[in-house]
Amino acid sequence: MTAVDGLRVAFRALAANKLRTALTLLGMVIGVAAVITLMSIGAGVQTSIEERIRQAGTNLLSVSPGASSNRFGGFRTRSGGGGGGVQTLTAQDADAIAEANIPGITSIYASRSFNGSFVSADGAVQASVQGVNEVYPAVRNVEVGTGSFFSADDVDRASRVVVIGDTLATDLFPNGDAVGETVRLNTQPFTIVGVLASDGGSSFQSNDESAFVPLPTLTSRLNPSKTSAGDDVVSSIVVQLVDESDATVAGVTQEIENLLLSRHDSEEQDFSVGSQADQIETISEVTDTMTLFLGAVAGISLLVGGIGIMNIMLVSVTERTREIGIRKAIGAKRRDIMSQFMIEAVAVSMGGGLAGVLIGVGISLGLNELGAGAEQPTGGGGARGNPFAGGLVTTITAEPIILALVVSVVIGLVFGIYPASRASRLAPIEALRYE
Amino acid sequence: MTATTDRPPPTIDVVGLTKTYQMGDVKVEALRGVTFTIEPGEMVAIMGPSGSGKSTAMNLLGCLDSPTEGSYRLDGEDVEGLSEDALADIRLRKIGFVFQSFNLLPRMTAREQVELPLMYAGARKRRDRALEALATVGLADRVDHTPVELSGGQQQRVAMARALVTRPQLLLADEPTGNLDTASADEIMDAIEQLNIERGITTILVTHEMEVALRARRIIRFRDGLVEKDEVMT
Repeated sequence: MTAVDGLRVAFRALAANKLRTALTLLGMVIGVAAVITLMSIGAGVQTSIEERIRQAGTNLLSVSPGASSNRFGGFRTRSGGGGGGVQTLTAQDADAIAEANIPGITSIYASRSFNGSFVSADGAVQASVQGVNEVYPAVRNVEVGTGSFFSADDVDRASRVVVIGDTLATDLFPNGDAVGETVRLNTQPFTIVGVLASDGGSSFQSNDESAFVPLPTLTSRLNPSKTSAGDDVVSSIVVQLVDESDATVAGVTQEIENLLLSRHDSEEQDFSVGSQADQIETISEVTDTMTLFLGAVAGISLLVGGIGIMNIMLVSVTERTREIGIRKAIGAKRRDIMSQFMIEAVAVSMGGGLAGVLIGVGISLGLNELGAGAEQPTGGGGARGNPFAGGLVTTITAEPIILALVVSVVIGLVFGIYPASRASRLAPIEALRYE
Repeated sequence: MTATTDRPPPTIDVVGLTKTYQMGDVKVEALRGVTFTIEPGEMVAIMGPSGSGKSTAMNLLGCLDSPTEGSYRLDGEDVEGLSEDALADIRLRKIGFVFQSFNLLPRMTAREQVELPLMYAGARKRRDRALEALATVGLADRVDHTPVELSGGQQQRVAMARALVTRPQLLLADEPTGNLDTASADEIMDAIEQLNIERGITTILVTHEMEVALRARRIIRFRDGLVEKDEVMT
């Protein structure tokens, strides 16, 4: 019996039971499609977060309070909660770093944020207010749409000026230009000097719903928080470097650590210095784990699909006992019967795998399309507070596709082998007598 | 001496054939020592009441089952101790089966049914050989019909074509007319007789009907697992 004969026999049997074959196939299709879709979502989330961090500049060092390596400093500056319980980093630390003239540093700012309430004639909104200095837009690649960012002068004088995000501007001044208007922030009048250009609004680390004030304004007028020594607590200090070479990063990190250790006069290091590369690495680890987890969940449905194949193959062997007996009586050997049923099982699992890949890729591309639609500024309002909502970006890579196909073939082999060997072992006379 | 060595070996040579089944706690002796030979080209009918061991004997002669004791030489080849696959190979090359219940595969056309043994044998020109075999049994105009589209007699003729297509030395027919009306039964028996005479295929048929048995030139009667009578018709 040739391979072509084997395929023909198997496909005839599958075609004879179309509905059953289709349902068994469906189990595999769902499993494989789920693996592909979920893994592409995981990869997409990872790509979009990394992109966002890169966009913010990879030549940055972030100093965070707390002894442990605070790798999530980048998240925390945006979360508005301040630095948890640890309050060891101060605005004066930042000034000291700036005054030390460490080679390799081009700009530096300290920041802290709180949740402020804005009231205008047309609206009232809660938003994260971040205290920074005038270098912020240059360091973080933030673009000002109308007006301008506040000046060094504003920072020195702790002026009541605010720069607001695009969505915030629309919420507070739906009828037009917000620049030059006065808004009440925690009941105090502030002048809006600039509105940031929208950055899409739906992605991770968006500024569309944030506001920025000079850090001294925040620490003195809005949300004072002092250490026992009377210094102003900040949640992070961000340093921009001349380049992102390892030598520069290591050198500046060392200098900052030495300086702050001597300033803090503490036994243990009560802060940590991390680079954007560290952040990307950490986030990659997290998203890799997430992707793997999603894949594993989907893998369970693949397993269930495989059990479905085995189940239906066992039914099929029982149903076709007489057929097997006839085939054996006229001269079929064990391996002929074995290969007939193995080919059936693998054909179903591989066919399901192929269809699943097509559907999975289709769903991933479809999600991308939906995501692209939601990225439009008009849809941005729906994404409030959730960096992932709306623009779900998926990234399709070759690995999960190949993996899913290989796994589906393996599943066919593994779950087909028992029914097939059972069929091949049937005694001819008993199989012939079977009703 | 020269004369005996030139003579072909008997198609079937069984000595002291015994088959015992274990049915739960009870041992059933289906065959209790059967000895006979059948020469090439013979046509033999096996008769006997049910439970006499004739079906068991057919299974053993057809290499579908192995004897508990005794020896069986098929066409000079000792069948004893062969593996299941080796027995399958003997069935493929040397034996054609015709069953009472036809035993065709559902949903396959007559031609495909007949090609099946050729497929397992890895033979070439299967289509041509299958069509030729179907023409031999008078079904040249029914080659693309599936079993449900064929009458009982036609189905049994497809089964005969399937048995013949590999040119076996031995045709085993287990009550080939048992499920057929008289007219169809006559047709089938005519075909079997014709093949036996024209091609010299050694034929063994199990039957209840004396009329069918009388087509053979020798009748072996079984009773209680033993050969009761072995007579040559005149």
